[in-house]
Amino acid sequence: MAELNFGGAEQRYFPAPSRRFGARQQASLGWAFVERQTNLWKRHWAWEIVWLVYGVVNTLAITFIAKQLAAEGVVSGRRANDLIVFLLIGTLVWAYLSAVLDDISLVVTWERWEGTIEHTLMAPVPRVAHLIGTAVFGVLHAIVRTSLIMAIALPFFSVSLGHANWGTAAIVLGVGSLSLVGLGILAGVLPLLYPERGEQMSFMVQSVVLLVSGVYYSINTLPTWLQGVSHLSPATYLLRGVRNAVISGASPSAEGRDIVILAVFAVVMIPMSIAVFSAAERWAKRTGRLKRQG
Amino acid sequence: MFRATPDTHRPLVVRGVSKTFTPGFHRPWSKAPRRRVRAVQDVSFSVRPGEIFGLIGANGSGKSTLIRILSSLVLADEGTVEVFGYDIERQSMEARQLINRVSADPSFFRQMSALENLLFFGRVYGLDSADTKRRAIEILDRLGLERTHQRAMVKELSRGQQQKIAVARAFLSSPVLMLLDEPTTGLDPRSKRDVQEFVREVQHDHGATILLTTHDMDEAEALCDRIAFIVGGSIVAEGTSYELRSSIANGNGADAVDLEDVFMELTGKSVEDDEEEVMVNG
Repeated sequence: MAELNFGGAEQRYFPAPSRRFGARQQASLGWAFVERQTNLWKRHWAWEIVWLVYGVVNTLAITFIAKQLAAEGVVSGRRANDLIVFLLIGTLVWAYLSAVLDDISLVVTWERWEGTIEHTLMAPVPRVAHLIGTAVFGVLHAIVRTSLIMAIALPFFSVSLGHANWGTAAIVLGVGSLSLVGLGILAGVLPLLYPERGEQMSFMVQSVVLLVSGVYYSINTLPTWLQGVSHLSPATYLLRGVRNAVISGASPSAEGRDIVILAVFAVVMIPMSIAVFSAAERWAKRTGRLKRQG
Repeated sequence: MFRATPDTHRPLVVRGVSKTFTPGFHRPWSKAPRRRVRAVQDVSFSVRPGEIFGLIGANGSGKSTLIRILSSLVLADEGTVEVFGYDIERQSMEARQLINRVSADPSFFRQMSALENLLFFGRVYGLDSADTKRRAIEILDRLGLERTHQRAMVKELSRGQQQKIAVARAFLSSPVLMLLDEPTTGLDPRSKRDVQEFVREVQHDHGATILLTTHDMDEAEALCDRIAFIVGGSIVAEGTSYELRSSIANGNGADAVDLEDVFMELTGKSVEDDEEEVMVNG
């Protein structure tokens, strides 16, 4: 965007504002949201510790169930190792998923609470740059938090990860993260529509994802009708892909189907979620729901 | 029609703007009629290049809703708003590059410092970090906010200091149309004077056009080139302070009355009285 030149009181000339923004401008505008979230993250370090401790405790508490089953002989040998890794991956991927979804979906709630939402939405930033910038921070933040949880939790379990294909896991996680961006933006629409209850509603979306995606159990355990729902959650494919890569050492080509499905989720859901967000924003402006709450 | 270049002769043109809100959500099982509140009713006015146009009204008169409509934050039910020729609804992106706003309630990320907040808002208006920081410090210095306060968390600052940061945020992007929604409400006299002087300076030195809402008659008298009174969401009078005062002076000379007298005469109430909500049937 060109800097405006007032030209003094007599000559009130200024260049025409931009209608469209180039990719570089959009990236720069989007990065402003990454910088802002990073500053907020630094200032809320105490909360970060709370979530880190919660993530570690949750990971340990659930994975110890597998260790107990191994100790009691319910499972043994390679199966015991695989069960521990299965739950470990479930809890870590869930920590990652929920961090991404929280960061994206809570951004509206947070801005509404601080009262800055009107100033942010009034700024001449394309919604794509705004939402993608927020999502980029969410993914980076989730990577840092989950890596720390993994580094702390892993020494508690003497598991063998010799079969793991980390390259496949990284590809699945990368493509899967893109598919989660759309889901996070969709969850973020709720606080825009429902100023008072939207935050709780976005948690409800997360809890449904937790139930149907096979985080702590195989989706085959679910009733048939819920198994159908699980196919609509990108987390199902993400978890399956990461588990196959880490436990069975699946190659990228062997996991190709899940990777393609995750890519389709991303390609469909990101534009769709941005369009839904824009429509919700318009509705909120029509009904006067952007005003400060809380 | 989509405009490609700005119309520099018409900073703000408002035509027949109306807005009614229906609070709450529609409940299909409820037979009770929903409450509808009229906020703005058939408002039309235009602001000339480089002038400070004052919109005076009591709390609840529709000033803030009107400012939100002009800022693209509320969509009008009827009427049009053009900012330098750009329709605020259909060419919102262009219009938003030319305007900025100070609200009565300074809202920030309270855990971040003034400079961190301004850095973000400068960046989303397309300024680079270094330029934003330089300008932010310049404006905050000019507004009299000490350097230590510029680096303190916003939550640790007084309301007056926060309002100065809000003014700095709005002027950071060099808007050619500034919407000031009660920018000095609740400020101590010194802060109020600092902000008023800055507004006057920006108008004089940079030729910015300013729409100012207030219920402070002295402020309106001191700053505004033209004034409109808004009551119950409608504009009831418009003119220079002299014209408005002359209109009720009955030949005694405009100096015999002040703007408060004019407001009382034309509306039957004081600008300090809060307005009741205007309900709409159907």
